[in-house]
Amino acid sequence: MMKRVIEYFRSLLLIELMRGLGVTIRYFFRPGFTINYPEEKTPKSNRFRGLHALRRYPNGEERCIACKLCEAVCPALAITIEACQREDGSRRTTRYDIDLFKCIYCGFCEESCPVDSIVETGFLEYHFENREEAIMSKSQLLAIGDRFESEIAEKRQQDAAFR
Amino acid sequence: MSTQPDKTVQPAPVETVNIEVDGIAMNVPKNSMIIEATDKSGISIPRFCYHSKLSIAANCRMCLVDVEKAPKPMPACATPVMDGMKVYTQSRRALDAQHGVMEFLLINHPLDCPICDQGGECELQDMAVGYGRSVSRFSERKRVVADHDIGPLVQTDMTRCIQCTRCVRFLDEIAGTNELGMFGRGDRATIGTCLEQGIDSELSGNVIDLCPVGALTNKPFRFSARAWELTARPSLGVHDGVGSALWYHTRRGRIMRAVPRENESTNETWLSDRDRYSHFGLNHNDRVLEPMLKVDGEWQNVSWDEGVQAAADALRGTVAEHGSGQLGVLMTPAASTEEYYLAQRMTRGLDCPNIDHRLRQQDFSDDGTQSASMGFQGSMDAIDQADVVLLIGSNIREEAPILGQRVRKAWRAGASVAALNPVDWNFHFDLKYRNISAPQNMVSELALIAAAVATASGQNLPAELRVAGAEKVPDSGHQSLASLLISEGNKMLILGQVSLAHHQSAWLRQLSSWIAGVTGSELNIVAPGGNAVGAAKAGAIPVHGAGGSEVDRGLDCRSMLNNPLKGYLLWDFEPDHDTSNPALSMASLGAAGTVVAVASFAGESLRACADVILPLAPAAESQGLYYTLDGQSFMVEPAGRVAGQARPGWKILRRLGAHLELDGFDQVDLASIRREMLDDIGDAENGSTAAELAQLDEPVQESGLHRIGDVAMYGVDALCRRSEFLQSTVQAQNDFVGLNPEDAASLGLVDGQDARLRQADTQITLTVRVRNELPVGGVWLKSATAISGLMGDSFAAISVEAV
Repeated sequence: MMKRVIEYFRSLLLIELMRGLGVTIRYFFRPGFTINYPEEKTPKSNRFRGLHALRRYPNGEERCIACKLCEAVCPALAITIEACQREDGSRRTTRYDIDLFKCIYCGFCEESCPVDSIVETGFLEYHFENREEAIMSKSQLLAIGDRFESEIAEKRQQDAAFR
Repeated sequence: MSTQPDKTVQPAPVETVNIEVDGIAMNVPKNSMIIEATDKSGISIPRFCYHSKLSIAANCRMCLVDVEKAPKPMPACATPVMDGMKVYTQSRRALDAQHGVMEFLLINHPLDCPICDQGGECELQDMAVGYGRSVSRFSERKRVVADHDIGPLVQTDMTRCIQCTRCVRFLDEIAGTNELGMFGRGDRATIGTCLEQGIDSELSGNVIDLCPVGALTNKPFRFSARAWELTARPSLGVHDGVGSALWYHTRRGRIMRAVPRENESTNETWLSDRDRYSHFGLNHNDRVLEPMLKVDGEWQNVSWDEGVQAAADALRGTVAEHGSGQLGVLMTPAASTEEYYLAQRMTRGLDCPNIDHRLRQQDFSDDGTQSASMGFQGSMDAIDQADVVLLIGSNIREEAPILGQRVRKAWRAGASVAALNPVDWNFHFDLKYRNISAPQNMVSELALIAAAVATASGQNLPAELRVAGAEKVPDSGHQSLASLLISEGNKMLILGQVSLAHHQSAWLRQLSSWIAGVTGSELNIVAPGGNAVGAAKAGAIPVHGAGGSEVDRGLDCRSMLNNPLKGYLLWDFEPDHDTSNPALSMASLGAAGTVVAVASFAGESLRACADVILPLAPAAESQGLYYTLDGQSFMVEPAGRVAGQARPGWKILRRLGAHLELDGFDQVDLASIRREMLDDIGDAENGSTAAELAQLDEPVQESGLHRIGDVAMYGVDALCRRSEFLQSTVQAQNDFVGLNPEDAASLGLVDGQDARLRQADTQITLTVRVRNELPVGGVWLKSATAISGLMGDSFAAISVEAV
């Protein structure tokens, strides 16, 4: 009975409100926590899963052998592959499309790849101006691979001990 | 050829024994193997080399099981069951043995599953999940085996081979060509071809299905899709009358490959190369994708409305202007039964009696008698049990590879096979009696056989069957064949497509029909096309309507072309390849006022003679009912997505019928058409009986050279001719003229020289091949090849001269 009376008077004095405002006022006078993106960036894990890339071997040969495991494992059905026999008799893709709107960046494609061909780079700063640009073709993916090869190789080196 | 097993060995009567497998009691036939018992009761034992249709090799050792009281694990595929035997398939000892074998098998098997076409449907891959180690203990170098190029259909990757020898045994036992063998011993054992040649068997594709690993894969399909992407759709092979059950594997609506579907009464577990690889022609450039109209000599694509209107106007115009007798409807023997049924309803609805599907036949003089009916008296699987098989004008290996395989099976079981043929074809069975006669002598030879049968059986040869040439007396060969034919047992006469296309085929049919009747043999006619039996049942034939009903008798195919009509409707065939006389067909169709064609493919010849072409969906993209040679019926549902604007035949006919304002074309679906059709067909008898005989004209005894124009194996229809892979096989290389050495010498020709061939108004120049398997007076120039499309009759006089 006494307790309810005390609570009633406290609520009239707006003590909770004042306490809350106190927190706001305290933070108002502290120095701000701001990353000046894109000039400043937060550190990323070397397992960060960003834009996809297709890698090449050091001799320039594309790694992908069209085994289609990534296509099969993709939970969002974002990957479309068509394959054929190249003139030298090897198994190669004629089409390798990733629909980035469908992709959920789960990294299963990377995990399933037997030749470390499809990888997700740490690159996350990309945009599209038209819907159709979201479908990455084989040549685009290979170009991304060429651009980030040193970074991809370094990341995989760092992670090798845990694989 | 392997030696023929001794016929005197009688099969043991079926006794059974009691065994126990994993604690489950079973009663199984004596002398059967453990694996047969477990397969029947659903207990799985891993295996690679065992296959129920092949002999037992027991060389993979994967099926080792623990047998009580046996000192070591026993192979389940080669251990006969014994009374009271106790088998454990899951005991420690059995599993250890299986794990051990798996480890050995994987030692030399490459780890290239990601680039292997078998990946995802590989028996070794599946077994490795259950019985393999997760990490290999083998760190040395794996062996590498050189590949062989064994032709355009089968890709080899011999490093992957695990030496199960299924392919070797298949080619030895089923295909009978002995083209593969195992060479070397131990870890140097490899599978290879004996003389570094390709595999030319007409059943070669089956080694792909048999191979448990990726050593033999489908070459045209190579790398194009994965097993898990494919949707299997049931369909039927329509290039011969066997009705081989198959699966079309499709991806995104497109047919990627064909694999056999098991059906013991037709194709067992096999599939001919023709049925397996023909679908690669589906997307050929000649495919008709839209209705087309010829305007001032130029082809224009038009809408379906315009196309159907133009076709209906053309048909009605011909009938109105020139009378209904001036229209001719010619159909492929491989259309669906519903198409035949609606086509004959439409034709007869226009008061036109002229409809036929027997495009390759020349002689129709027995039409209307029993002997003219197509199909089998017996069933196809009865060939296996035959004791005597007489082939009359039949290269059964090419006409119906699956039936050829069945004849071989009968021969392996001890049957006597005899042949009366114009060419001594290279069969995969030995012939007990061989009569190689030029086409002009085949009737008199068969008459001599009939005379010998008459003498041996004490019957009189009917007056209708007496041939002028029969003053000759049957020789010992004819008599020995006659004694074979009147012996006890299952006997059958197989009348092949050479007999049907022969210029005196009515004589051959009546004589063989009489012989069959007198000797109590089955008469089995291997009609060309995938649904000749259905065509006759549905009434796409001038002598009777659906179910054998009475109709006004019309012109047969040959008469329609001999006396050019004013208008034609051509259903899915090419006049320069699919008729008995290409030159005559092209001339008659060219002279006609209007030609309406409904076709899947339009080559140059069809474009030259047609005025309207409507795009037809081929069997793989369409639906319908098909009858096999022995009268079994199978439904076909669409497997692939229809290309372009093509439509199933029944829809096209229904629409044409409605445009022509005929009765009976208001159905809304295929099921109602089929119901009407099956009511009309009723239980019409299939097969031929030796009843009525027609009085035939005396066969003219011709001298001089005569063409043997059997149909090229991969030229049977427009689709096969457009499959580039079939066309690059050895069997498709037919641009030569074959001559007997004697004829070649008298004409002054040698092997490899060019010769000029003349037939009526046509002439071509071809390379001569001197062949001992040809009779004197026979000139072998196959039909349905690119060059034979310029020639005349497939069986008729021909002149040959040096260039």
